[in-house]
Amino acid sequence: MIGKYALRLFSLGYLAVLLVAPVGYVFWQTFEHGVGPAWDAVTTPDALHALKVTLILTAIAVPANTIFGVLCALAIVRHRYPGAGIVNAVVDLPLALSPVVVGLALLLLYGRGGWLGGHGIVFALPGMVLATIFVSLPFVVREVVPVLREIGTEQEQAAATLGASALQTFLRVTWPAIRYATAYGVVLTTARALGEFGAVSVVSGRLAGETESLTLYVQDRYQSFDTTGAYAAAVVLALLAMATLLLMTRLKPKEGTQ
Amino acid sequence: MAASAGTLSAAPKSRRSVAPGLSIGLSTLYLSLIVLLPLAALSWRAHGWDAVSTAQGVSALKLTLGLSLVVALVNAVAGTAIAWSLVRDRFVGQGFVNALVDLPFALPTIVAGLTLLALYGPKSPVGVNAAFTRWGLLLALLFVTLPFVVRTVQPVLFELDREMEDAAASLGAGRVTTFLRIILPSILPAILSGVALAFARAVGEFGAVVLISGNLPFKTEVVSVYVFGRLESGDPGGAAAASVVILLISFGVLLAIGGLRRWVTKHDR
Repeated sequence: MIGKYALRLFSLGYLAVLLVAPVGYVFWQTFEHGVGPAWDAVTTPDALHALKVTLILTAIAVPANTIFGVLCALAIVRHRYPGAGIVNAVVDLPLALSPVVVGLALLLLYGRGGWLGGHGIVFALPGMVLATIFVSLPFVVREVVPVLREIGTEQEQAAATLGASALQTFLRVTWPAIRYATAYGVVLTTARALGEFGAVSVVSGRLAGETESLTLYVQDRYQSFDTTGAYAAAVVLALLAMATLLLMTRLKPKEGTQ
Repeated sequence: MAASAGTLSAAPKSRRSVAPGLSIGLSTLYLSLIVLLPLAALSWRAHGWDAVSTAQGVSALKLTLGLSLVVALVNAVAGTAIAWSLVRDRFVGQGFVNALVDLPFALPTIVAGLTLLALYGPKSPVGVNAAFTRWGLLLALLFVTLPFVVRTVQPVLFELDREMEDAAASLGAGRVTTFLRIILPSILPAILSGVALAFARAVGEFGAVVLISGNLPFKTEVVSVYVFGRLESGDPGGAAAASVVILLISFGVLLAIGGLRRWVTKHDR
């Protein structure tokens, strides 16, 4: 019985020291002197612009990866074609790859001397959008694939037999089944897009008030010894993260806890 | 599971489904443009392999691999313990703790690094200064990799049949013996696959370590930061060469995980 409590203490202690205490401390530091200073720090023109950039990146990357994600999951699960295995492996690559490598790859492709260089893509918003799409690409695919496998094809075949068109079958039979998995994938994609730092950092050129996203702004403020500004912007990002976390808990298939 | 697997294999080869050409064509095109083309450009323009073989490059690579290994081991133990507490234990606030485990997935990495630096940095209120040390790096990497093992082990532990454990106990096995001989073999593939994911993540991590590491060459410079430094100092070819090394490691880990999954499904049947 002592073992049981020791294990619980270890688990909770590990989480407390590694997660709760540091995040809680930054929240406390930010609001130590009330909401006023923190509010002022996140409503400077540069901070607001950085927030806008982050929201633009997310607003483009999430829909693009959602549509692609569902199509790609259908391609992987429902069709057998040469190269399906490769597609399956490549989809996972952004999960394992260092964001710096992603940024560098985009820089070398679209930057000076690159195959597609000289179109104002790097050190500008389009490059940052491409970087965000790259790193947040796998989530919808990975959530939808297992559900498509699980539901099988019987109902889709029945619908087809009864004369439904491919589109009707998708909208009436397949989509209702994968709806929640897609939503969960969208939440994960959003979290990743909001928080991307490394890849965006490489391709952005980091011009304050122009190509600075909120994560870059946090680093910029910290390195300019403006901890108030850095903490306040970090708290904004953390609150967005917690909102996504709340959605994740709501949408996640219930498994694994008593 | 057996039933659904049966229907899958029983399904005819030529299935009529959503516009096959469309979904295959579009998703392959998208993947090629977004992922493959940039990586091809990266590999194409990688030159100056001496960037990888300089003392600084080798030291960064060694440090990264060593740290990632430690991170993998700590996660194997702590992740399994947390998964166990979430599945087999009962306490007030368990749902909250369960949600909390996902926080590192949701929280931007730069914010993770910043919070660790605030509490365990030069202005630490608890008197621990891990900034610009390898301990700081380790903390940052443990923060961002925390969910992997928990989330792979948790569902397997939940599905585990407890009859075998009861049988072992009734035959006189102690708790440790039961865990080592009955439970561990069942959850080991899940632990390994979570550990591999954590390892891959640790090798490439940038945002969480960039503030806390101080990026001191030979001391706290990991390979992703080294790549960034090479690029900043005007050596994109060398940065690309070092990136290709990271790319190969990541791909190797992914292949290993894939192999592990196939091995497990083969032995399950």
